[in-house]
Amino acid sequence: MSAKESARRGNPLTNWMDNYKNLEGRDKARWWGNFFINNALYIVLIILIVIVTVQKPEFLRLRPMLDILQRSASGLVMALGIAGCIVLTGTDLSAGRVLGLTACVSASLLQSNDYGSKMFPGMPKWPTVFVFLLVIAIGALVGLVNGFFVSKFSLHPFIVSLATQLMVYGTILIYVNQGTNAGKPISGIDKGYSEFIKGSVIPESWKTPIPHFVWYAIILTVIMWFIWNKTTFGKNMYAVGSNPEAANVSGVNVALTITLVFVLAGIMYGVSGFIEAARIGSNSASTGLNAELDAIAACVIGGVSFTGGVGRISGVVVGVILLNMISVALQWLAVSADWTYIIKGVIILAAVSIDMQKYLVKK
Amino acid sequence: MSEYLLEMKGISKSFPGVKALDDVSISVRPGSVHALMGENGAGKSTLMKCLFGIYNEDSGEIIVDGVKSKFGNVKQALEHGVAMVQQELNQVLKRNVMENIWLGRFPLKLGLVDHRKMYDDTIKIFKELQIDVNPKTMMSKLSVSMRQMVEIAKAVSYNSKIIVFDEPTSSLTETEVEHLFRIIDMLKKRGCGIIYISHKMEEILRISDEVTVMRDGQKVKTSPAKDLTMDIIIKQMVGRELTNRFPPKTNKPGEVVFKVKGLTAQYQNLQDVSFELRKGEILGLAGLVGAGRTEILENIFGVATRKHGEMELNGKRLKNKNSKDSINNGFAMLTEERRVTGIFGILSILENTTIANMKSYKKGPFVSDKKLKGDTEWAINALRVKTPSQKTKIRSLSGGNQQKVIFGRWMLTKPEVLLLDEPTRGIDVGAKYEIYQLMIDLANEGKSIIMVSSEMPELLGICDRMLVMSNGRLAGEVDVKDTTQEEIMTLAAKYV
Repeated sequence: MSAKESARRGNPLTNWMDNYKNLEGRDKARWWGNFFINNALYIVLIILIVIVTVQKPEFLRLRPMLDILQRSASGLVMALGIAGCIVLTGTDLSAGRVLGLTACVSASLLQSNDYGSKMFPGMPKWPTVFVFLLVIAIGALVGLVNGFFVSKFSLHPFIVSLATQLMVYGTILIYVNQGTNAGKPISGIDKGYSEFIKGSVIPESWKTPIPHFVWYAIILTVIMWFIWNKTTFGKNMYAVGSNPEAANVSGVNVALTITLVFVLAGIMYGVSGFIEAARIGSNSASTGLNAELDAIAACVIGGVSFTGGVGRISGVVVGVILLNMISVALQWLAVSADWTYIIKGVIILAAVSIDMQKYLVKK
Repeated sequence: MSEYLLEMKGISKSFPGVKALDDVSISVRPGSVHALMGENGAGKSTLMKCLFGIYNEDSGEIIVDGVKSKFGNVKQALEHGVAMVQQELNQVLKRNVMENIWLGRFPLKLGLVDHRKMYDDTIKIFKELQIDVNPKTMMSKLSVSMRQMVEIAKAVSYNSKIIVFDEPTSSLTETEVEHLFRIIDMLKKRGCGIIYISHKMEEILRISDEVTVMRDGQKVKTSPAKDLTMDIIIKQMVGRELTNRFPPKTNKPGEVVFKVKGLTAQYQNLQDVSFELRKGEILGLAGLVGAGRTEILENIFGVATRKHGEMELNGKRLKNKNSKDSINNGFAMLTEERRVTGIFGILSILENTTIANMKSYKKGPFVSDKKLKGDTEWAINALRVKTPSQKTKIRSLSGGNQQKVIFGRWMLTKPEVLLLDEPTRGIDVGAKYEIYQLMIDLANEGKSIIMVSSEMPELLGICDRMLVMSNGRLAGEVDVKDTTQEEIMTLAAKYV
């Protein structure tokens, strides 16, 4: 670029400031209004941090931040899956139960050989990779059932996943009564598996370990970003969410796209189950209960819109972090759990209402 | 290479109880525009649906470029060089322009979508067609005409030989229509065969080489356009002499009843509009799309937020805070996009007719079924709505009959001022005449009408006075009796 041209174009920041200075008073007010609306999520985030820090300065230390990071990483994987369903104007209520089932399966097959009350005594620990592939297959299967009924019978995903969620729960209840278990929580997880999920490359002495599963969540986020933004499948997903008819006319296989979105979501739930089993350490039929509601809330807070065709991976990440930050912050403020629910509800409503302003065309 | 690019021979198609197409044949030459005309229900769309494989014809054959063809769906037709630019644009509004063009066949590089190639290819086509749009613009930010241009570019990107235009100009302004015609000219020069479906006769006569007129599922005649006049086409279409396109103007405007002063919108582009409306007058609003015509109606009716401005009806100051308030004050508004904001598609004629007038059917805590049915019956008779019953879903009626039901809805609220936004859009010639007659009857009864239309002949034919809008402001008033299209266009461009 020649010097002259760059001078004409100018520095984007100074250009932007000049533009602002040239606005009249009323337009300046409107500019600020738009600024707040467009950045509502981040503003809420900052306000929250400021409030908590004023009350408890220790909040800004590494420990609580790490706590938020860990909680977010464990919730993020499921949210990444469910977000695709929301882009299609749908939802997936089976996510939490699939997590529960895959967590129980992972835990039971990966109990350490010398654990006293093994669920399947005498059966040696499976190779970890096999279990990982098995739970992915379980998630994919449930996703396939969801996707099949949504795409082939034009049923709303709410109804379909409401039904599959029940079936999966029933399966969990049957499963936890297999072997010698009789419905007890499944614990005694193999050390190697536990280390694979919860271990850290940062030495223990630093007192700020970042467990492996945080890195896994980051890797999955990157993969999902590529799938959403750089592949035909991802672009078809947006197109189908925004206008299925137009997608169909353009030769997109709408039914296949919908099915694949649900299968991919199912795989992500399977992965979350695999991670959660080791992270929690003791899994029962209630593992994963209502986890999908947190995931959906996070997506919606992050701007993945139920109007369809709108949403970004970065939004999902911010949504998940914001939601977990609220929980941790309220703990730090020693707010009781009862109130935490109420406050979380209020914040979700406020964030989403402000965010919605972006999409409204005012008359 | 055969003489024709496309031949459809002896196509017949029946639906239960109806013979929708009866032995219809058309042939399209390369480098020509073949217009397809006929009232709604004449079989034009059915014929096109057979071409694109949406319907299976009962008999007949389709020959594309000398090869007998049978497409299974729109995509297959596209891949064989047959494309359609639809009336209702089927696009993914939340994605950008280039993604819309290449949807279903994104260029790939190492398994990932090749954005650069997609961008470059799009630019190439846009240059060729002289379309000035950034391929990365979000589709929803484009005007209807630009979206249509994108749709044409998509057809070109498939190397389409045959391009069907279904009512392409129904929501375009005159300048945009000119641009469209330039593009159609370019396509002709490239040797494409164009099938052009439209209700607008001026256009048809201007751009087509051949005209096929259809009536009741049969072909009336194919003739060279140069041998045709508007009267001949109308006669062929309706099967009888229709001497006038507009009913005689018998209404006589009286004293001023409604005044608007300094109307300015809060969010929309509408500034300082003042005018007066007389009793029994039909006032036209002309201007380009986006000039603020619809916005005037919305601000009067209280569905858009006013910044300032005063309104007076019969000497009484009005607020019209919202639509309910406006209805109570004697206003009615017929919206522009009938299917989106006019009808309740899956509800019955009865529900569609009575929805704006519910308070007069109250009987204790309930609504009176008898009154509902009585009023619906009245509306069906008064407006001559063709429908099997009151319970029929409105979406199964033709556009003209749907519009009559909506007129009926508003007549039941006994308005003094009717705000009509494109009242004859997508309605065939015969039904248009009935709508015009209805408007004149209403004016004769002393109702006042403000009418927005993009069809200049319609405004000139039916209005008493005309206001021209330009870029959100009132550019001037013209006398319908001695104005010219030039005068109106000059005013429309005044503040652009």
